[in-house]
Amino acid sequence: MTPLRRILLLSIVSAGLAPGLARAVQPDEVLPNPNLEARARDISAGLRCLVCQNQSIDDSKAEFARDLRLLVRERLNLGESDEQVRDFLVKRYGNFILLRPPLDLETTFLWGMPVLVLAAGGIALLFRLRRLQPTPAAPLSQAERDRLAPY
Amino acid sequence: MIVETGHYALALALAVALLQSVLPLWGTRSGDSELTSIAVPAAITQFLLLGYAFAALTYAHVVSDFSLVTVAENSLTTKPLVYKLAGVWGNHEGSMLLWVLILAAFGAAVAILGRGMAKELRANTLTVQGWISFAFLCFILFTSDPFVRRFPAPFEGQDLNPLLQDAGLAIHPPLLYLGYVGSSIVFSFAVAALISGRLDAAWARYVRPWILIAWIFLTLGIAMGSYWAYYTLGWGGFWFWDPVENASLMPWLAGTALLHSAAVMEKREALKIWTLFLAILTFSLSLLGTFLVRSGVLTSVHSFASDPTRGVFILIILSTFIGGSLALYAWRAPSLSQRGLFAPVSRESALAVNNLLLTACCATVLTGTLYPLALEALTGDKISVGAPFFNLTLGPLLALIVLLMPIGQSLAWKRGDLLGAAQRATVAALGGLVVALVLVAVIQGGPVLATVGLGLAVYLIVGSFADVISRIWARGQPIRVMLARAVGLPRSAWGAAIAHAGLGVTLMGLAATGWGVERIATVKLGQGIDLGPYQATIENLQSRQGPNYSEVLAYTVISRGGAAVATVEPAKRSFPVRQTTVSEAGIVTLGFGQIYISLGDQHADGSIDARMFWKPLVTAIWIGGVIMAFGGIVSLSDRRLRIGFARRAVRVRAAANPAAAPQAAE
Repeated sequence: MTPLRRILLLSIVSAGLAPGLARAVQPDEVLPNPNLEARARDISAGLRCLVCQNQSIDDSKAEFARDLRLLVRERLNLGESDEQVRDFLVKRYGNFILLRPPLDLETTFLWGMPVLVLAAGGIALLFRLRRLQPTPAAPLSQAERDRLAPY
Repeated sequence: MIVETGHYALALALAVALLQSVLPLWGTRSGDSELTSIAVPAAITQFLLLGYAFAALTYAHVVSDFSLVTVAENSLTTKPLVYKLAGVWGNHEGSMLLWVLILAAFGAAVAILGRGMAKELRANTLTVQGWISFAFLCFILFTSDPFVRRFPAPFEGQDLNPLLQDAGLAIHPPLLYLGYVGSSIVFSFAVAALISGRLDAAWARYVRPWILIAWIFLTLGIAMGSYWAYYTLGWGGFWFWDPVENASLMPWLAGTALLHSAAVMEKREALKIWTLFLAILTFSLSLLGTFLVRSGVLTSVHSFASDPTRGVFILIILSTFIGGSLALYAWRAPSLSQRGLFAPVSRESALAVNNLLLTACCATVLTGTLYPLALEALTGDKISVGAPFFNLTLGPLLALIVLLMPIGQSLAWKRGDLLGAAQRATVAALGGLVVALVLVAVIQGGPVLATVGLGLAVYLIVGSFADVISRIWARGQPIRVMLARAVGLPRSAWGAAIAHAGLGVTLMGLAATGWGVERIATVKLGQGIDLGPYQATIENLQSRQGPNYSEVLAYTVISRGGAAVATVEPAKRSFPVRQTTVSEAGIVTLGFGQIYISLGDQHADGSIDARMFWKPLVTAIWIGGVIMAFGGIVSLSDRRLRIGFARRAVRVRAAANPAAAPQAAE
């Protein structure tokens, strides 16, 4: 817990040991077509740099991330859709590369968590509210109403 | 010699912790007031001993005593003094010592300031503090001793990790620890209540200032850490959904929920059992954060197994405290009486819904952080859960919370008027809508999410003050009366309004990222690069020698419409001892936005790779955090909360207009 980001920092330092000052997206990687480049950035932000602690390839300074960024751009240049590029990488590296895990049997619980808590908590709250609902004051009897009538 | 006495003080603190964790409880159980009263001097002695140990370690760092392993591994004779001081906790051993020091400081604070508290509650609370202290002192002395010597001492140290050589290291960990460890006091109060079986509104009053203090520090610690990462890591991000960050966010979410449920408990004696649970949860999550970061389990399940001593030790502490307190909770909580009826439309139920949503957020972050570990351990399959997952799941939850905040705030206790609250919120909603529409008209288009986000932020900021204003403002009243009413309002009402508005300000900064501009380019000297309304020109490159590094910096001029408005010097620093190069981002704040430049490789033709950003309103993200913490401080100054600290101060209540602050709406 020392500095909040210690492990992250350390991983960057070790990645930074590559010759020169390797950095996230470098000028020579940028595609001339701004539309394609925007798509490349978007895809990259969702792909995990497999050799880093917890970074997308778009943020990472590692050589591996650079290779993948180039690969993504290469595939886009070939005219592939975003989905095709991602599928290609998943085939190669498995679901581990996706920072947003797909919804399947293994991740049901993960994706279902917010809904589960909201549903369970909501039901518990409703029950409590109903149980704790102060009973409304009993209606006045005819005799009482008669006595009140003059007022 | 000083080092040895420090080491001895540390061991002595362990002995005192042992006394503190047994005798006072024995006293309260057997009715022996002599034993009960040991709690106070024990807590104070422990703080003094640990303070001495910490001072001794600091001394070793300052004089560069390289015979200490921790100093040799993390310091350097030429390292600037401020980093020698901050470097005391810039490593595992020292940071754990800081952790227990702060723990002891909170214990001593309760001992000294808690004179107005029930004796039994104070003694039991300090007992539980003693348990925590004992466990962590054992951990330090047996697995992470900062005072271990090595002979012969190396001639020179290995320097501190360059990324940590920053003012951030001096401020961020202490703030974060004050937040983490502050929640231990709340935990101790909860366990003490479970032990004695007494839980009433007075308990909530005693504990509320401590919840607030921990929350204020945690808020500042997280904001500070985020800003540190932003300017140090060099790619302009400020939150990475890293497990280490999540570890601090979870106690914050739980602590925020706790703050609100404790308010309900104090006012209405409702949600008592739930408040206890949150108190246990908040500290458990702080402990979990310690475990996640300290054991290495995050890097991979396997690195945990390869060096298990520390990890297993923390795991034992973790399971003992979390498991033990939850077991105690399951056993004792049902016997505590539940009181407090509330109607579906009331401040209480709004706060209950707030708790539900915050708990859902917390559970989502927790599963997201631990799911990959669990899945890998169970099936061997590896998945990643990163920023896109968290944004997608927490975004809607946050939006819902923000939408409900002004409405809930406008509801009265016991039985609220939904229509009235909605009307007050409507004014705020209109404000947000107008801003969003104006934005669409002025910028013409622009990212949808950012526009909606900014509208929401304005709605929240305006809505936060709707309640306060409605209690001050009255048609036809002279200003003087309204001012008197404003002063007479309880500070906690102001605090809540300010803190809520702070979240709105943060949201504003987050939304504005949608209008950011980023340029990645190989830049020639003298070539202007457009960044939103500004233009950045790198004029020349200079070399400079620092105390323990050398750097190349780029003298950059920022201009607007041809006129220079600022200069900035982004740099690349090389640290020879660690053989690392770090990019020091050049940041200049213009209004609430920032120009952010970080350098890359130099080329033979004199050009240099650079990544440049224009980030409009980006500072609002952290300013919002500071405003939130300020709201907490204002709330802390509320008269009725100080009772938990000290004897009720005799103080004449400001002559408030009694009609202005009806109790029901407080």
